[in-house]
Amino acid sequence: MAATENKNAAAGKGTQDGFVYLPLIAGWLVPGAGHFLLRKWGRGVLLAVSILCMFALGLAMQGRLYSKADDILDMLGLAGDLGSGLLYLVGRAMGLGADSVQLTTADYGTRFIVVAGLLNVIAAVDAHNLRTGRKA
Amino acid sequence: MLSPSHFSAVMLFSVFVSTVFGITMRDTPPRMLRFGIYCFVLFVAAAIVLSWVMFLIAR
Repeated sequence: MAATENKNAAAGKGTQDGFVYLPLIAGWLVPGAGHFLLRKWGRGVLLAVSILCMFALGLAMQGRLYSKADDILDMLGLAGDLGSGLLYLVGRAMGLGADSVQLTTADYGTRFIVVAGLLNVIAAVDAHNLRTGRKA
Repeated sequence: MLSPSHFSAVMLFSVFVSTVFGITMRDTPPRMLRFGIYCFVLFVAAAIVLSWVMFLIAR
């Protein structure tokens, strides 16, 4: 029992070395990067592909990238979009995304972009949990 | 411009969201796969059931 506790404590100490928040920040900026830093290649690739595809499909459907927060819905949309990290910043810099949503498909696209950002936040937090040893 | 049908959009959405949910919510690969499939089935089933409910309400 005591040996097991010591082993767990040692494992926990090992995972605390270095900057603990690096996978969280890297994962937020670039989808899957947090898992790549932890050498979880398979998980990282699947997360990156899923999030990148959702973001790209959203843009291909003429979805809107939120740029200002005039009302509460715009604010929530902007918060979701910011979850994509560099994807959002690059998209804004390149002028991607529609200015206004006029088609049903464009509305789907806007949701795809927001959800891609939210999924990226979940993936980054998962990388942080792996880093701290909270998750195997 | 890409313009999928509503059902195609639901399928695409379900695939990607289920993948991320499966990987992030479970610890081991077999459990990730099972949870991902479970989420996907629930997403698609919920979309079909709600579509029928809305169709019947609209009639």
